Amino acid sequence: MSTVSMTVNGKVVASVVEDRTLLVDFIREHLRLTGTHVGCDTSQCGACVVHVNGKAMKSCTMLAAAADGADVTTIEGVANGDLHPMQKAFNDNHGLQCGFCTPGMIMSGIDMVNRYKAEGKTLDEAAIRAELEGNICRCTGYHNIVKSIQQAAGEM
Amino acid sequence: MSEGIGAPVKRKEDKRFLTGSGRYTDDIQMENQAYAAFVRSPHAHAMVKGIDKSAAEAMPGVLAVLDGKQLTGDGIGNIICGWAITSKDGSPMNMGAWSALATDKTRYVGDAVVAVIAETKAQAREAAEAVVVDYDELPVAATIGAAVAGDAPQIHDNAPGNVIYDWEIGEKDPTDAALAGAAHVTEMDLTNNRLSPNAMEPRAAITKYDAAEDHYTLYTTSQNPHVARLVLSAFYQVAPEHKLRVIAPDVGGGFGSKIYIYPEEIVCLWAAMKTKRSIKWTADRTEAFLTDAHGRDHVTNAKMGFDADGNIVGFKVSTKANFGAYMSLFSSAVPTYLYATLLSGTYNIPNIYCEVLALYTNTVPIDAYRGAGRPEASYLVERMMETAARELGRDPADLRRQNFVREFPHQTPVIMNYDSGDFEGNLNQAMEAADWNGFDARKAESAARGKLRGIGMACYIEACGIAPSAAVGSLGAGVGLWESAEVRVNPVGSIEILTGSHSHGQGHETTFAQVVADRFGVPLDSIQIVHGDTDKVQFGMGTYGSRSGPVGMSAIAKALDKVEIKVKKIGAHLLEEPEENIVIEDGQVKATGTNKALGWHEIGLAAYTAHNLPADMEPGLKEGAFYDPLNFTFPMGCFICEVEIDPDTGKTEILKFVASDDFGVIINPMIVEGQVHGGIAQGVGQALLEEVVYNEDGQQLSASYMDYTMPRADDVPNYDVLHHNTKCTTNPLGIKGCGEAGAIGSPPAVINAITNAIGNNDLSMPATPSKVWALIHSARMAAE
Amino acid sequence: MQSTTYHKASSAADAAAKLAGAEDGTLLAGGQTLIPTMKQRLAAPTDLVDISGIEEMRTIDARPPTVTIGAAVTHAEVAASAEIRAVCPSICDLASHIGDPAVRHRGTIGGSVANNDPAADYPAAMLALNATIKTNKREIAADEFFQGMFTTALDEGEIITSISFDVPEKGAYAKFPNPASRYAMCGVFVAQGGGGVRVAVTGAGDDGVYRNADMETALASNFSADALDGVTVSADGMLSDLHGDAAYRANLVKVMAKRAVAAAG
Repeated sequence: MSTVSMTVNGKVVASVVEDRTLLVDFIREHLRLTGTHVGCDTSQCGACVVHVNGKAMKSCTMLAAAADGADVTTIEGVANGDLHPMQKAFNDNHGLQCGFCTPGMIMSGIDMVNRYKAEGKTLDEAAIRAELEGNICRCTGYHNIVKSIQQAAGEM
Repeated sequence: MSEGIGAPVKRKEDKRFLTGSGRYTDDIQMENQAYAAFVRSPHAHAMVKGIDKSAAEAMPGVLAVLDGKQLTGDGIGNIICGWAITSKDGSPMNMGAWSALATDKTRYVGDAVVAVIAETKAQAREAAEAVVVDYDELPVAATIGAAVAGDAPQIHDNAPGNVIYDWEIGEKDPTDAALAGAAHVTEMDLTNNRLSPNAMEPRAAITKYDAAEDHYTLYTTSQNPHVARLVLSAFYQVAPEHKLRVIAPDVGGGFGSKIYIYPEEIVCLWAAMKTKRSIKWTADRTEAFLTDAHGRDHVTNAKMGFDADGNIVGFKVSTKANFGAYMSLFSSAVPTYLYATLLSGTYNIPNIYCEVLALYTNTVPIDAYRGAGRPEASYLVERMMETAARELGRDPADLRRQNFVREFPHQTPVIMNYDSGDFEGNLNQAMEAADWNGFDARKAESAARGKLRGIGMACYIEACGIAPSAAVGSLGAGVGLWESAEVRVNPVGSIEILTGSHSHGQGHETTFAQVVADRFGVPLDSIQIVHGDTDKVQFGMGTYGSRSGPVGMSAIAKALDKVEIKVKKIGAHLLEEPEENIVIEDGQVKATGTNKALGWHEIGLAAYTAHNLPADMEPGLKEGAFYDPLNFTFPMGCFICEVEIDPDTGKTEILKFVASDDFGVIINPMIVEGQVHGGIAQGVGQALLEEVVYNEDGQQLSASYMDYTMPRADDVPNYDVLHHNTKCTTNPLGIKGCGEAGAIGSPPAVINAITNAIGNNDLSMPATPSKVWALIHSARMAAE
Repeated sequence: MQSTTYHKASSAADAAAKLAGAEDGTLLAGGQTLIPTMKQRLAAPTDLVDISGIEEMRTIDARPPTVTIGAAVTHAEVAASAEIRAVCPSICDLASHIGDPAVRHRGTIGGSVANNDPAADYPAAMLALNATIKTNKREIAADEFFQGMFTTALDEGEIITSISFDVPEKGAYAKFPNPASRYAMCGVFVAQGGGGVRVAVTGAGDDGVYRNADMETALASNFSADALDGVTVSADGMLSDLHGDAAYRANLVKVMAKRAVAAAG
């Protein structure tokens, strides 16, 4: 057991957890922030993506202990006000159906827009599709997810 | 009417999903919650000689270690298939016993044997690993071929030769005669590949037992909570129906796989009673591959005969269908009444005969997966048509055109009676959007870059709106397939719709509200859709088979009719105008020809204060309806796919995908297009990427996303989704349904495009790069 | 995953000491392979020694003639390094196609090289670039380091601290990803430098990354894609699985090699 302390969505949290605790379980079970999901066991589906120190990471493939001292943002913490432009874009473009993969899609979407902006690169449709390699959706066929991220990229 | 029928209204339910506030089963924590883990058979076929639970029982946190003998000893019934199919010879189907925990024998890898209940998830899992099961391995039949082989092991004692049924439909002799007299017969052997549904939310259950009330609660990932309650009580005797509440909260996709009641829900309910603890179980993805019902898995021989002019004269089909190790809830209907009844496709075919041999194998049970039978029929018919056109030297569009059904209603030789459609209109629209006529130039451009370009089409038809109860009852269904709705107008005028349909991505909270807003002109925000809870909602049949529009919304429309009548009576009374002059529009109740009007909320208030109602009128404003469809509905369309193949690697890229569909009346085009997108992606997945693969020992080689290829964003194109709608004539709103169409029409369109590109028709799904390369390579070698 | 004890190491020496003190300890870098393996209960180390935060292992030095990359540098950092890109863009391009963006934010070059997954990308680059793998004990040439799938020259408790290689004159990596896992079904790294032409293949061989001598010979005299036309790649020794048989992989080796050579220019 170790005491793990980190900032989650701007709030400092600390909890004594087993060392084997995954970051996603820390977020879901200990903090009861259940917007971050688990859809696979092999780090492919991306339903668990959160931002650790500003970068998208798969919280199912990381120990909570390894995030000790980190600044973590989950889907519950991205909006500054009502909805983040990425969240709004998903609503505008019907970028979600069952909603299960959606938090991971939004966290990956925000991350890719931020990176492309920082590097001065254009996030076109092909780039979005390539960047979504680590996020699987079974409902939308991706068409409207791509549209959503394109819209948000213009608004962020 | 900006929020009514036909408006692309943004979804009301989105905000909770976008902000992480959705409430899926695994998000729920109960007081006093313990966890279940299952010990599963590592063997595809084995006798269970003994179970040593002692080590597990001694482990920390372990509350109970439960086995199949205890389960059956407590009177828990076997899992059943709810649709009786009769064989050619009149004999009933051979349903083998399926206990939620195996008692004497396991029949597939993943078959549950023991359930461990412990304080934590980790303790349950670790104790499950400590359970020692003594197996005596048996020979395995993992494929259709192995199940019918002379030396095949007997999987269920009451199914000789592993045959569940040997069924037929249509007229054999006339079909044989038509083929014998045909000027040309196209014959193909086709396989429809086995798929895993893969809703992104894994299945989960949380159960609670209240000893004082002898009452059970089940939160579960279900598409049909009432059906779950009925089956759990009536057949599995887990709890009396009035003492069991089933809640399907937010559900992360279903695609058929969450229709069925699985062993885990049964065991968790029973274990809650035994341990007096709430029990939670959540599948991981590997468990999902090992236990969620798979789909498809047909092997078929088909012969289609044409006269000298190219008219189809007969179609004869012989299919072997894999059922897996047990008969799942609706499994028997899938390769029969959901498959063979669609073999007429969009064509006039005077003679059809189909026989289906249903077989057990030592694999996961197979049941309905998005499309369920209809993708198998569509793939068969549309590959046959394409192949016939090539063999006859005919343009594939023209051959289809010539054989289209053009007059409605149209009775096919295989039960279905098509009510409406303009098949050629959709074909023309799709060909224009795909620039079919410009293909040759594009092919030449690809060839100049060393690439192979191909184009293919499929004109699918399917049967939705499942289903007229008396009709399906006569065909063996154990349930009626109507739907229910209740409309509650509150005293303040806000409206709650209680529906037996269940939304797990379809957007019912928006579209169902649109139907109400359209009728009364009230704001969408004043309408709430309630679903998924057997304590709140009257009995309903749930969501599958693209039925929520044509059946679920029809029930709402019917209930709205009743509300409308009462509102008009109240309005006439209060406005002192004749009832026939009362209209409801823009959220007001008005008397035509006057400027008298009441606000919608005033009617609600009047109904509930009951101070001034017409004589003999009951207070309140709440009406319910059960809608039983008159007929199936028949969505149809034309899909065109254009591909480019890298001959060096065999990799297929989809350059263009056009879908032109006839869905009847569309409530929300944005949501309907989303359904088509998702369906096409699953169909493209079947055609190019996905396949559950077993080795001969019955081990699944593709039981994770490392080996089961899920379509990703860069595997699929943007889709051009068009409509050419004709109103359904058999339900009040004119809706045909849209949920499965994409998955039904796309596989043959993709494969027809690839075979067109590579000039080789001997291609099976999934058309993986290695498979396509092998065909190209062998042709090159033969040419050298 | 089974119980384990987590340790954060502050230096390579600290990591070595912590590892030595553990009953059955394992190094944890980005964990993008190790954590899933532990979740599947295919690995159950008693102790995890986290080396991802060791500053001395997080540096990049790309001043020619040698590029040195700290073992704890992530794939995303290599992909985005302007410094490396200026002298050896091929390795940046390779890194930008490992896993997915989230995996690249966490996975490290040291972890990838130490694991020597037969379908990983970096081993092909290391071998083709004739890299030197530096550990807390010694320096190991890539040719000696990779010893068959999941097998390396690393001793018990030995920790990779950095990798280095001389800037090649030309180099490129071409990969055909497994449709499901997106690991390399075949990846070929071709490099031309002071030591001649080296061609390394990952994903295809049944015993991990290897060099193709026939291709190296053909390219040594004529560094062009056409030079590989006459080279035959045998299906013997190729992996065969549900995604493609040995003959298909043999084909991919040649196709990807030609594409890499063409890309290298």
